[in-house]
Amino acid sequence: MERTIENESTSAPAVQVVNLTKAFHQTPVLKGVNLEVAGGEVCCVLGRSGSGKSTLLRCMNLLESFDSGRIIVNGELMGYREKGRRLYTLKFAEIARQRSSIGMVFQRFNLFAHMTALENVMEAPVRVRRLPKAEARERGMAMLERVGLANRASAYPSQLSGGQQQRVAIARALAMDPKVMLFDEPTSALDPELVGEVLGVMRQLAADGMTMIVVTHEIAFAREVADTAVFIDAGLAVEHGPARQVLSQPEHPSTRAFLERVLK
Amino acid sequence: MPVQASDQASGRSQMNPIPSDEAPIIVPERKPGRWVAAALVLVVAAMVVNTVLTNERFQWDVVFEYFLSDRILAGLGNTLNLTLVSMTIGIAGGLVLALMRLSGNPVLSSTASAYIWLFRGTPLFVQLLFWGSISALYPRLSIGVPFGVEFATFSANDLISPYTAAILGLGLNEAAYMAEIMRSGISSVERGQTEAAYALGMRRATTTWRIVLPQAMRVIIPPTGNQLIGMLKMSAMVAVLAYPELLYSAQLIYAVNYQTIPLLITASLWYLIVTTVLSVGQHFLERHYQRSDGGRRAKE
Ligand SMILES: Nc1ncnc2c1ncn2[C@@H]1O[C@H](COP(=O)(O)OP(=O)(O)OP(=O)(O)O)[C@@H](O)[C@H]1O
Ligand SMILES: [Mg+2]
Repeated sequence: MERTIENESTSAPAVQVVNLTKAFHQTPVLKGVNLEVAGGEVCCVLGRSGSGKSTLLRCMNLLESFDSGRIIVNGELMGYREKGRRLYTLKFAEIARQRSSIGMVFQRFNLFAHMTALENVMEAPVRVRRLPKAEARERGMAMLERVGLANRASAYPSQLSGGQQQRVAIARALAMDPKVMLFDEPTSALDPELVGEVLGVMRQLAADGMTMIVVTHEIAFAREVADTAVFIDAGLAVEHGPARQVLSQPEHPSTRAFLERVLK
Repeated sequence: MPVQASDQASGRSQMNPIPSDEAPIIVPERKPGRWVAAALVLVVAAMVVNTVLTNERFQWDVVFEYFLSDRILAGLGNTLNLTLVSMTIGIAGGLVLALMRLSGNPVLSSTASAYIWLFRGTPLFVQLLFWGSISALYPRLSIGVPFGVEFATFSANDLISPYTAAILGLGLNEAAYMAEIMRSGISSVERGQTEAAYALGMRRATTTWRIVLPQAMRVIIPPTGNQLIGMLKMSAMVAVLAYPELLYSAQLIYAVNYQTIPLLITASLWYLIVTTVLSVGQHFLERHYQRSDGGRRAKE
């Protein structure tokens, strides 16, 4: 079920990563990653533990700084203003504005522990978008409805299962009406029987046309939902192409070795 | 071998003499030492109570004569005022210092560390004396451009009254302690909470106020209650500045009538009453925060 990508953005990609490098204390983690994700595309990021997948994703919304290269989301250079031959670092407020149109879902959910599900979903629309409370509440309920949790709106995170928490986290990101959603192993902290409900929500999101970049070890999900896949190895995107090809007939030996190990 | 085995079998049946339809009676361990210790303590306590009540020099009539007197009550009011105002300064200052320490700015962070080092490293009593005699150090205070023009000058003696010196001394000292409490509270909030807020496009200040501080409260509030009770008692040191809080009011009275002991008891009773009330409040606050803590941490 290859979805055709007939967005206006087929010309300019929704996310463009150019020659991204990043080192932690002199240890290079990303060594020049190139990646393009078109609007409406679902891109799965695969790779061994420690290969730099989370770092790549966190750079995309500037939770992590990078050393060189550039990241362009929806045509906007992330984190810098280019003037002549120089890149000026943006102020935090500007970075916050850029982040507000990129949704992020974390491995450990990171729901605000002192707020109910609904309050979690309402917080950013009210504080960042300055939406009136009543409107944000309505919107929040609609988002919770979308992930099937309207009936748990007044529950605190500690009263929800991991799968429910992750669905609230997705609703929280969606409430900001993001142009791109980043998922960092959204199901790997979940008990096996709870994985399905989260993948179900993500599948629906993909069907609705959301641009998604998903770090995952769920190969079956990637095969079914992803349009493209990228394999990260030792800080490089060694293989990038249509999901079917990368996941079934990988060219690079390390991709092949990885898939053999994961599918065993 | 077979003999031993049969011995064991019979031994086992002896160990179990109770008919199965009757519940066994459980005999608790006997603790004679406890009774002896309790009896000793009770005797000593009775002796203390006896002498306190019968020794006429305690002069309980004088204690209660002044207990509700205007001057003692005014002193009590001043003590409560000092405690609350100084604590407010301490909490606000502590928050600022904690945020400075946790900020990435090395100048702010080391300034806060130096402040904490200075105020925690010197006796409060000495600090109070300093504030009381600040006018000797800076007879004139002025407002103006740093190292430049002065717009207005004041006499320090007029500006720094004993009350001002007292709340400065107590509040600035408290800020150093509150800073450490706030810092540990803020650090107790998982990094992921801040990251989630940033990822949603929230600014630093919004994240601190809306996400980090409310969650830090469960760590901050219990020790802050202790600090408040401590502050109530520390405020007695302000007597050295001749500010008529509870203790100094009592001292002023016994300086005239020489009823030193009864008036010290009067003041102590009031301190006890207020600390008891505060402790009860503290107990409920702590229970409240422990509960929400336990409930929320359970599934983290
Ligand atoms: N804050 C940090 N400080 C120092 N090193 C870090 C930091 N974050 C990540 N690293 C290192 O960078 C490398 C890449 O980490 P990253 O989390 O991006 O890997 P990953 O591909 O997401 O792995 P996993 O599948 O285990 O999540 C690892 O070797 C990790 O130890
Ligand atoms: Mg990771």
